[in-house]
Amino acid sequence: MAAMGERDDLIQRLTGIARELRIADIEMISEAGSGHPGGTLSAADMIAALFFHRLNLRPEQPDWPERDRFILSKGHCIPIVYAAMAKRGFFDDGMLKTLRKLGSPLQGHPDRNRLPGIEASTGSLGQGLSVAVGMALAGKLDGASWRVFCMLGDGEVQAGQVWEAAMFAPRHGLDNLTAILDHNQVQQTGKVADILDIAPIADKWRAFGWRVVDIDGHDMGQIVDAIDEADGVTGQPAMIVSRTTKGKGVSWMELDPAWHGKAPDAEQTERALSELRGER
Amino acid sequence: MGAATRDAFGEAILDVGADERVIVLTGDLRDSTRTEDFAEKHPDRFFDCGIAESNMIGIASGLALSGKVPWACSFSCFVSGRFEQVRLSVAYQEANVRIVGTHVGIGVGEDGYSQMALEDVAALRALPNITIVQPADAAETKAAVGALLEHEGPAFLRLTRQGVEDVTAEDGFEIGRIRQLRDGRDVAILATGATVGEAQKAAGRLAESAIEARVLDVHTLKPLDEEAVLRAAGECAALVTVEDHSVNGGLGSAVAEALATNDGAAPLRIIGMTTFGESGTPGELYEKYGLAAEPLAQSIHQFLQTLD
Repeated sequence: MAAMGERDDLIQRLTGIARELRIADIEMISEAGSGHPGGTLSAADMIAALFFHRLNLRPEQPDWPERDRFILSKGHCIPIVYAAMAKRGFFDDGMLKTLRKLGSPLQGHPDRNRLPGIEASTGSLGQGLSVAVGMALAGKLDGASWRVFCMLGDGEVQAGQVWEAAMFAPRHGLDNLTAILDHNQVQQTGKVADILDIAPIADKWRAFGWRVVDIDGHDMGQIVDAIDEADGVTGQPAMIVSRTTKGKGVSWMELDPAWHGKAPDAEQTERALSELRGER
Repeated sequence: MGAATRDAFGEAILDVGADERVIVLTGDLRDSTRTEDFAEKHPDRFFDCGIAESNMIGIASGLALSGKVPWACSFSCFVSGRFEQVRLSVAYQEANVRIVGTHVGIGVGEDGYSQMALEDVAALRALPNITIVQPADAAETKAAVGALLEHEGPAFLRLTRQGVEDVTAEDGFEIGRIRQLRDGRDVAILATGATVGEAQKAAGRLAESAIEARVLDVHTLKPLDEEAVLRAAGECAALVTVEDHSVNGGLGSAVAEALATNDGAAPLRIIGMTTFGESGTPGELYEKYGLAAEPLAQSIHQFLQTLD
């Protein structure tokens, strides 16, 4: 256990990074003129903790065999990951401005063949966890020390394939796999609870044989502890149910389905950025 | 009648299984896909994914992206039916996955249409980077499995439930190269999978009427050997394709596309399925739907008469 001072420093540092990522994310989506701000903002804290506290990566050698694997199954939220990758040095910050533009490696949804460091191309919801399970299985077969992380959306877990993967991973004891549910409560056209309710979601994953860690996904202390706890689970995979708020950090985007898939205009961008910078 | 190509696959996958990269996946069909022996010999590299083929395709992708060579085996309609998973998790990733679809076409027989893949080639052929191989017989299946082990990129292997005629030798197989089984100039019959044996027999019947047919075994449906197709169009009076698959999007379509886009000109008949399938013995169904040697020879004969 780190000394209290060290832990406070860590949490403060990660919180600051999450704020930077949110700012870069809004700037990028605004510049692109399209994208999905709501689900990127809800995921920002977890992405900050993963990329700047947990994931063992070599940005200068993206295919380093011993790296941890991170798959964003909710592929439409990739801008927040691009922001984290740029900050970790996978590519130059300036490239963030090319998001969604012709010829850019920063495709609207992640493309592993265009951007080194992306583990899997995703965007057809429901598929990423299966790919992550395949990687975890390969890791087990090879006796590898690396771990697989996979973030899903809460609307996404309405897809049946997710539950096929959910049955498979415990059956094969994949304790080298941490799934994260960014449970931000809202999907493209309304509240998850209204469209096709997934509750009781933690109980469902437990019943499927996963160790569930149920947290406030905007509390950096809980996030860090949950990632650590998941690392220590043996004999079964771990699922962090990260309870979040879609649009977190920009008050007028929060929990509003309108901000699932639209870019802010110039004026809205300024308002969003000043709020994120704490200027109001 | 020789062995079913799925039987040959079962032996071949055991042979290539010595390679530690080889992983076999199936969805509660280890018996039907002939992967039981592999499962017994390599239990650590065999995974039964249950009746959950979407997940099986995704797992295969994750394994491939981690350096393995996974073979995801099921009835072809159940794997090609997971088109969205093949499209994104396999093709778009350029993942080194081998999708193995058995029980193709009306040759499935008594089980009837729900188990018969008649649209699988059409669906997967639309993906830019998938290699599609349909061997004609047991020997060719073994050669194909060996070649696919070392092949780079996504691939689909299409195999029969029913026994087929032995028409090839194991050597001389090369992915993407049409194999000529018989030469003739009056007509070229381009066949694939189970229909290759029928085409060979039909050519024998046609010879009795002094019609000399060239028989081409199109074991690789994608990429198509356009050179051999164009050569046949130039040297033979007409072309006929025959496949146990829909006439839309399969071998016939591929040949028509090759002719049309290369200014190849030859009269062409596309023989295959235009309806759903039904129950019956494979032999009965091949007779009824015109894929057996006898009705095939008749169709070709009539077609050539219209050209005179």
